[in-house]
Amino acid sequence: MADRTYPDFSRIVPIDTVGVEERVARLNTRSIKKSSKVQALKLALSMLDLTTLEGMDSPGKVRQLCRKAVQPIAGRDDLPRVAAVCVYPPFVKLAKQELRGTGVNVASVATAFPSGHAPLPEKLDEVRRCVDDGADEIDMVISRGEFLRGEYAFTFDEVAAVKEACGPAHLKVILETGELHTLELVRKASDISMAAGADFIKTSTGKVTPSATQPVTLVMLEAIRDHYYATGRMVGMKPAGGIRDAKTALRYLVMVKETLGAAWLHPDWFRFGASVLANDILMQIVKQETGVYTSLDYFSKD
Amino acid sequence: MQRLDVLKTYKLLIGGAYERSESGRYLPLRDKKGGLVANIAWASRKDLRNAVVAARGAQSGWAGRSAYNRGQILYRIAEMMEGRKTQFVAERMREGATAKAAEADVAAAIDLWVHYAGWCDKYQQVFSAVNPVSSAHFNFSVPEPTGVVGVLADAAAPLQALAASLAPVIASGNTVVWVGPAAIGASALTFGEVLGTSDLPAGVVNLLVSERAELRPHLAGHMDVNAVVAVGADDAERKQLQLDAVRNLKRLTFWEGPAADPYRILALTETKTTWHPVGF
Repeated sequence: MADRTYPDFSRIVPIDTVGVEERVARLNTRSIKKSSKVQALKLALSMLDLTTLEGMDSPGKVRQLCRKAVQPIAGRDDLPRVAAVCVYPPFVKLAKQELRGTGVNVASVATAFPSGHAPLPEKLDEVRRCVDDGADEIDMVISRGEFLRGEYAFTFDEVAAVKEACGPAHLKVILETGELHTLELVRKASDISMAAGADFIKTSTGKVTPSATQPVTLVMLEAIRDHYYATGRMVGMKPAGGIRDAKTALRYLVMVKETLGAAWLHPDWFRFGASVLANDILMQIVKQETGVYTSLDYFSKD
Repeated sequence: MQRLDVLKTYKLLIGGAYERSESGRYLPLRDKKGGLVANIAWASRKDLRNAVVAARGAQSGWAGRSAYNRGQILYRIAEMMEGRKTQFVAERMREGATAKAAEADVAAAIDLWVHYAGWCDKYQQVFSAVNPVSSAHFNFSVPEPTGVVGVLADAAAPLQALAASLAPVIASGNTVVWVGPAAIGASALTFGEVLGTSDLPAGVVNLLVSERAELRPHLAGHMDVNAVVAVGADDAERKQLQLDAVRNLKRLTFWEGPAADPYRILALTETKTTWHPVGF
């Protein structure tokens, strides 16, 4: 652990907030119609991390979510399955058992989600346990307190240590951008996480408002692009929380395409962390097929 | 120097907000000499979609209010209309009504709101029943709101028509997407401003002005609309509505003209029957 090469923590990438908002607003005017829209909706569906992170989660709820992940509309095989199911650590075994052989990954939040307030050894134990239980992906949270205090080396070491503990599992690093206050700090946290080995960077836990926003996501996508130009390593992006309708999801896809290019338009490189978004995407797909607006009454609640 | 008139843009009421049409379309309102008086937003299919989303979002909260409170709010609407009487009369006259007809329309409309306000906490008692059954059960039926209701309005006696097609629908706890013609657009959308100051929760009443034939198929086909009321529909339109509404077997109701009639409340409720075991 001692021979890590740290990035230059004093480097600040200036972010033009007004410019970022203008860029987002401009991309939002892009209109996607007909067959491209259907294709984009299906792509968004295949990029979903179907998520349940509630204190009242039960085995039954997780099982139901796993069924929905494999077959989003009961009885229809022609729709893509989602990318992963995201659960709390106690449900990893169950989810793995339900999803074995389906191609849907199991993602587990870990490292004292959502606050991140726990000693590092405990966090690492939790991560190892999740991976042993069968988690394919680990969603960690950074210690925002240390980060905001300027302890950037702490954040770097933390991410690097968790990455090591993950072993074969993919690591997504949650920055919790709602607590980072400025876009400069979002950019800094993104750069540190990627340098420390993150496979994905993720906006939010979904427990803090604001969660994912388009400007924050654009800044993180640009960080990924710069990291790719500097090192040649592709890092994935996952906005999570607050993306509730298909229309917004398509706007995110436009941002990804325009910032990172078509290579990132794949579940391996871009994910949506969401729960209610799934039904809205399904409703839009059915609307495109039948021509009439549909109702939540006809989709499974989760 | 002559002062320039400030022309009003009449905006749609969607989810408690006053909005121009998503489409950017509008219809000019002209006086008898052909001079431009105002522009009226002209709702599109997507405005209808947004209005249904707003109505669905507001439905459970509105139905969850106490019946007494719904009555208070309907009465408040009458109070607010009374305060704006002269404005409504002027607006009706600009739409072509005579002073006498306009005054009569406004007064009758206010009375209709008071009438239906009174029914809010009474219709359940009148239309509920305790049913005789040949088993050890206490069996009773109560009316409950249908859900989201679409209203297709016509142009006759607009303020009374608004009252008689909105009040009985929302009295029981339904929410409404109302679609009316441009001929009465100005008074209907001014009435929307009354709703904004009547303690009515956002989204309970949504007012759209558009071509009836343009929005009708989308309203009747919408799977999240539970019932459609068509005012002044001819045989051809009734048939078309039935065809469009068949997919989710929506409740279709046809009304002619305004009326103070509690059966209009009943028409947009579903009867829930409960079997309660007794004798153990």
